[in-house]
Amino acid sequence: MSETAKSLAFHGAVVALLVALHFALPAYHHGNLARIMVLAVYAMGFNVLFGYSGLLSLGHAMFFAAGMYGLGLPMQHLGLAAAPALLCGVLAALALGAAVGFLALRTTGVAFMIVTLMFSQAVFLTILYFGEYTRGDEGFVIAQASRAIAGVDLSDSANRYFAALAIFAVGLAVTLRLIHTPFGRVLIAIRENEERTRMLGYDVFAHKLGAVVASAALSGLSGAAYALLFGYAGATFASVQYSIFPLLWVLLGGAGTIIGPFIGTVFMFYLIDISSGLTSAYMLIAGAVLVALTLFARQGLVGELRRRVMPWLP
Amino acid sequence: MDFGPYLFLASLEGAVTAAVLALTAVGLSLVFGVMRVVNVAHGEFFMLGAVVAWWVASYAGGHPAIGFALALLIAPIVTGAVAAVADFLVLKRLDYDPERTIVATIGLLYIIQQTVLMTYGPEARPVEAPFNVRIYFPWFGYSTYKFFVIGAAVAILLGVWLLMTRTRFGLVMRATQLDRETALAFAIPVDRVYALVFGLGAALAALAAVLIVPIQQAHYLMGGDPLLLSFIVVIIGGLGSLAGTIVAAVLVGMSDGIISVFFSPTLAKIIATLLVALVLVFRPQGLFGKRAL
Repeated sequence: MSETAKSLAFHGAVVALLVALHFALPAYHHGNLARIMVLAVYAMGFNVLFGYSGLLSLGHAMFFAAGMYGLGLPMQHLGLAAAPALLCGVLAALALGAAVGFLALRTTGVAFMIVTLMFSQAVFLTILYFGEYTRGDEGFVIAQASRAIAGVDLSDSANRYFAALAIFAVGLAVTLRLIHTPFGRVLIAIRENEERTRMLGYDVFAHKLGAVVASAALSGLSGAAYALLFGYAGATFASVQYSIFPLLWVLLGGAGTIIGPFIGTVFMFYLIDISSGLTSAYMLIAGAVLVALTLFARQGLVGELRRRVMPWLP
Repeated sequence: MDFGPYLFLASLEGAVTAAVLALTAVGLSLVFGVMRVVNVAHGEFFMLGAVVAWWVASYAGGHPAIGFALALLIAPIVTGAVAAVADFLVLKRLDYDPERTIVATIGLLYIIQQTVLMTYGPEARPVEAPFNVRIYFPWFGYSTYKFFVIGAAVAILLGVWLLMTRTRFGLVMRATQLDRETALAFAIPVDRVYALVFGLGAALAALAAVLIVPIQQAHYLMGGDPLLLSFIVVIIGGLGSLAGTIVAAVLVGMSDGIISVFFSPTLAKIIATLLVALVLVFRPQGLFGKRAL
């Protein structure tokens, strides 16, 4: 088999496995997996920027929140239907990505990390400031009756699972396609050597901006889908913690791999799920994993797998 | 109260904020200046200082001044030791690679914060001020302890300045900051200097926390605000420039005190974070500094 065929077969098998799990899993894990698949799209969005373009943002929660509130606020206050609201959420994240990218990409390295962190903090504080509409930390529940697309009730657990799977498959297909386009190839070249790419005549700024926008749109899709499927939007999702989570997931799963973000999300989700049953200080686990990863496993789980067993894994 | 006395009260509060902020930010700036490490866990060292101060004060008993004096001594030493160990175990092994150290210090942040949550608990606890005399202005009474905070901060900053400019250790630190390789070639134990500087930076944050803890209670989440404000100060003042950091701390502390009195504190924070982002984008060397990040 050629490498492309292998990779298509592998990722197809993952989606098929997730379809099969719908029938096999008990209710609790079934619900968890739906959540994980939606959050994995957030991790994939983060990975486009971090794993494939080499840009580390510490403020991705602003894009997740833009999607979440881009969908939630018009549904709540303007009575917009779910389908256009989903589009509105993605567009909100896309626009924010373009604006933030345009400014933040004038910096590099550590400054880029701090600038994105600060913009994200400003978005978080803005959500709190307009508490009258957003209900701040407390958040608001999106009415169950409005959570339906084309007559399919998305609050029903089976429908919700397949909706999450559909969005997950879209994320997988988009990132898989992206890295094989000329645009994606240039992004990887920028990650490997920015100066050389510039010297070869590519517009580095435009490509990086494209990466930020694509990454923001995927993160926004995830945020909007999360609000729609689980019926809640709150300021916690815009806090620093939610900017750190995708970094954790991607580092754990393997930066610069297609399936890595999903694997990392599964592991971290269950690690926190299990440890929060034992102690209220569950973020301790997240901190320890983060330190251990930077020290010992820079490639992440899938990165190691690729290095040892499956060198064809994109 | 009239506008005049109101403004006077706001500036007094602002001066206390500025004093504590200057100490915390100088710690962050020192670590960045010498090691080129952006320490995201700095706020947690501040919190650790406050928590240790509460521990020491509650075990000391007797007059509150005894506990406070002991805390002033023990909290920075304990915090500095924790930081030096973290440097030795984690940062050194990352070779101080800028991006990986940021990720690792984020990990440290959660480890310290959550460990304190598990041992110290979620309550906010006060430490009694060493003395409690009020001074009466025509319009309001004001605690003399707050004047002590300002004085102590100035004295400590003076001490840091003397350490940097007048001692052998200061010379070694400046040499390492200027050129790590050359310092190594001159047999300066750079590893040990780094561990000491990281410890010193954390100890300064802890000192600031001990000073503030009689005014503001010790809590495991108290590290967030000082971290954000120190970042703002260090970036506006120019990274690694001590004088710029102090000027910016006074500027930010005073305006934070005054703006928060007249406007919504959330709005003040939104403006401050956006300001930092824009300063980094358009003037990366800071308002006073010469070197870009």
